[in-house]
Amino acid sequence: MWQFFHKLGSPKWFYGIAARLMPWLLVLGLLCLGAGLVWGLAFAPKDYLQGNSYRIIFIHVPSAFLAQSVYIMMASAAVVTLVWRMKLADVFVKAAAPVGLVLTFISLFTGAVWGKPTWGTWWIWDARLTSMLILLFLYGGVIALDRAINDEKSAARAVAILVLVGVVNIPIIKYSVDWWNTLHQPATFKLTEKPSMPAEMWVPLLLSVIGLYLVFGWLACLRMQTEILIREQRTRWVQDLFHVNGGAR
Amino acid sequence: MMIKPLDQAVGSIEAMKAVFARDMKVAFRQRQDLLNPLLFFMMVVTLFPLGVSPEISFLQEAGAGILWVAALLSVLLSLDHLFRHDFDDGTLEQLVLQPQPLFLLVLAKTMAHWVLTGLPLVLLTPVLGVMVHLDGNSIAILCLTLLIGTPVLSLIGAIGAALTLGLRSAGVLLSLLIIPLYIPVLIFGTGTVAAAAEGAPVGAYLALLGAFLVLALTLAPFASAAALKVSLSNS
Amino acid sequence: MAFDSFGAFLAMEGHGPYVWASYGVFFVLMAVLMVGSYRRRNAVLKSCRQHAGSRSSRAPKPDSDTAPAAAASFTRVDVSQD
Repeated sequence: MWQFFHKLGSPKWFYGIAARLMPWLLVLGLLCLGAGLVWGLAFAPKDYLQGNSYRIIFIHVPSAFLAQSVYIMMASAAVVTLVWRMKLADVFVKAAAPVGLVLTFISLFTGAVWGKPTWGTWWIWDARLTSMLILLFLYGGVIALDRAINDEKSAARAVAILVLVGVVNIPIIKYSVDWWNTLHQPATFKLTEKPSMPAEMWVPLLLSVIGLYLVFGWLACLRMQTEILIREQRTRWVQDLFHVNGGAR
Repeated sequence: MMIKPLDQAVGSIEAMKAVFARDMKVAFRQRQDLLNPLLFFMMVVTLFPLGVSPEISFLQEAGAGILWVAALLSVLLSLDHLFRHDFDDGTLEQLVLQPQPLFLLVLAKTMAHWVLTGLPLVLLTPVLGVMVHLDGNSIAILCLTLLIGTPVLSLIGAIGAALTLGLRSAGVLLSLLIIPLYIPVLIFGTGTVAAAAEGAPVGAYLALLGAFLVLALTLAPFASAAALKVSLSNS
Repeated sequence: MAFDSFGAFLAMEGHGPYVWASYGVFFVLMAVLMVGSYRRRNAVLKSCRQHAGSRSSRAPKPDSDTAPAAAASFTRVDVSQD
């Protein structure tokens, strides 16, 4: 069992595993995502209240879901960085943060665009959008701090501390914004709740979510490989990559 | 100016008192740092009637929010000198090397910072509250929320100050990191005043603000201490 | 099919611009992210290859894996104050 952890901490081992996993992640991910989106766009019935604009949900919900999950993953990695000092954990945080940022932005953009035909306005300070906006700031802060610190080890730990402080705040932020929103919200639409969605709608949604997770997996592996290469370029195993097969994967 | 080395026999509470007393003493010798946040507070509040509308109805509705935002920004501005002066002259390294737990010493520094920054803001609030046409009851509740809220701002801000210590463009970076964390405090601080204005009971809101304070008091110093160690090892 | 014609599919009963803008932004951003990350990795690989080639005559630095203070060590090495 400790063997596994020992291996998990090894950049070289991870590089190899990532190389083997990536094709699967990409292919399966694109398939699921493609299937979900095509189904949702062209085959799912239109919503009786919102018409066709609800189809944005197949992009919006997976992005929002992932944006939040990625932050939680980063928080777990941050704990590993601070407690066990595993290099790979901070490589993950560095690799995942920009992806989380993009996903949060997509979620905000699609949420806003969905709002126009639904609520008549581009932006609305509802609990969901506002919490997402704050999440965007949190991601931005992590990336900015990482860039500002030159020393790798210090950056890893400082960023880990920041991510953890942020994650403690996320439930507090959600609660505050929810509460604040119930005070300030004019009578509005409630988005369609998932359980009451018919199967023709939630199955493609689920497919899209799974697909996006797999695609994220591919992206994370890819970006982690890049970071590992940069950090380890002077080591023998990296140089061996080029001598053994005359070219690397 | 160096701290006298505190030896093993000195207890943590005494060490905290010593750090607190020293920070107060140093601050009073450089009075400008005390005045700046207050001036900034007043000026930011002034911007709103000038920039938006001096109408009494607008100011009464927005006043609590304006004051809260201005106080938040003032605390943010003042965080820079929480650690920087000590960092520049090497005192901070001495502090980290003390045998007493760092998180307690950081807590003492943060408390000194609040007494020097947050507390004067709270004391200035009634004057500014009158300028934005808030009624007496609202001003009282506003002061209370700021009294409970500004220590939270100092405590959370200390984490950011510790993380960005010695970095280029630390000021802006600090704001970027800390403002998202300030948002819940802001929401509940102003929400309390809004509730009071409607005549609703404020006990629950104040209790929640109090909970934020307790949470910040117990957790923030650890994060700040950890961040300080990282920043010092980096420099 | 939920739509009668391709034209209807594009128009989405007036909601077309919104739906397609959303999907468009998603695809563009994800594509940029994915392709960009891929190209960056290949660029790093290329520079590593050149680096390895130019240093093939010199002994390479020791493998980070075999270093005693292993990255995967999970015992705390420094004892902190608090």
